[in-house]
Amino acid sequence: MSLFDKFEQIAAGRQALADRGITSNVVMEKIISSSEAVINGRRVILAGTNNYLGLTFDPDCIEAASIAVREQGTGTTGSRMANGTYSDHIKLEQELADFFGCKYGMVFSTGYIANLAMLSALTGPGDILLIDADSHASIYDGCRLSGAEIIRFRHNNPGDLEKRLKRLGERAANTLIIVEGIYSMLGDRAPLAEIAAVKEKYGAYLLVDEAHSLGVLGQQGRGLAEEADVEDRVDFIVGTFSKSLGAIGGFCVSNQADLDMIPFAARPYMFTASSSPSVIASTRAALQILRTRSELRSRLWGNAHQLYQQLQELGLQLGPEPSPVVAVRVANIDQAIAFWKGLLEAGVYVNLVTPPATPDGGCLLRCSVSAGHSSEQIEQIVQAFAFLCRNTQAVQAG
Amino acid sequence: MGNMQDYDTLLKQICELLVPLVEEGKELREESDFVADLGFDSLKVMKLLEKVEDHYDISIPLNILTDIQTIKDFVLQLQKLMIS
Repeated sequence: MSLFDKFEQIAAGRQALADRGITSNVVMEKIISSSEAVINGRRVILAGTNNYLGLTFDPDCIEAASIAVREQGTGTTGSRMANGTYSDHIKLEQELADFFGCKYGMVFSTGYIANLAMLSALTGPGDILLIDADSHASIYDGCRLSGAEIIRFRHNNPGDLEKRLKRLGERAANTLIIVEGIYSMLGDRAPLAEIAAVKEKYGAYLLVDEAHSLGVLGQQGRGLAEEADVEDRVDFIVGTFSKSLGAIGGFCVSNQADLDMIPFAARPYMFTASSSPSVIASTRAALQILRTRSELRSRLWGNAHQLYQQLQELGLQLGPEPSPVVAVRVANIDQAIAFWKGLLEAGVYVNLVTPPATPDGGCLLRCSVSAGHSSEQIEQIVQAFAFLCRNTQAVQAG
Repeated sequence: MGNMQDYDTLLKQICELLVPLVEEGKELREESDFVADLGFDSLKVMKLLEKVEDHYDISIPLNILTDIQTIKDFVLQLQKLMIS
């Protein structure tokens, strides 16, 4: 028995992929723009990122980051609690609170840490976390860190959620429900109005992770809570800077006064170095763009509808609704790999997702669109799928 | 809750619920290890939990999974849950 025995299963999984010709993660050799890169020496369209507003190369964001790195240095070298709170961290927190119309805002070094910090600080032994079954790994990990009782409810099923709240009786008052705005694998959104109604009926709390919906949903881009008109019924909104805002980091906004206590209770916040000045600066610039340039959201949705509709016309089985995440279901792992390799050879990069990372045990080719994609690029993605659909047998054989 | 079940009855019922999830030909015994003997992965474990939750009208906290390796472990944990 060795420490490394536990890796045998992972090694077997890696070997199974290697036997099918996939030996390592994709390496982006050169990043050309928000929508193109060079992979394996070939120029490809990036259709497997979370760069929803296409802001990673925005001149204003780059300029803000450049000024910050020159004026404030490359890093803070410490946590927010020690030497890592700069005035720009505070400004970003205030700007986020203002954008969401909330009293309080907190910034974290990554979106993953935001969930770890919030869940582990808000709940502890004796409390209950009621989470959607398809929750992101950061939610599951935050739950584990909290020491609270973790109960899953069926994905996007307010009826199942209610059944579980009812079983809890008085303990529902100590329960935090967690859902996501848009789920990252299939691109579907939570039925938030119904979920908010159930949480109110039983007196629980509700946290919504808007990681994939910030800048994507709602008239102002605040996410699903805005779109569903339930912002005043959601207790905590968590999100990330690494998707629509094109940087890295996480945040939480809330009207609960006790959010002020989280810095003193959340170990993932206390013991992590704070975000670098350049990251905070580009995030602030990106947030300003998100607030003022709604045409980016219109372009994103135009691209999303175009891709969803045209892939549907090819007869492909897709996620349940049009969204910037367009998931193509594939029959088995061999076909998924053949398609994925074929797409890359045709100049299109998408995400290959295999169990157990998929919600229902199937295989997915996860495509994501961006406001940075041109209509022609979306057309090229569709053409690459069309070619592979016509030549499935050949692809599988080859 | 509060509907305490005797161990043997619960074991029998759990084995019945397990049958559709287990590959044909695999024997279900008290000592069967979910991963090593029955080939369960995380998705199958979650399916089993949902079936058992529906059958007994209970919610099973994921926290108990760390203490479960065999069918016997699962039944004992369920017993505890049903009397809590």
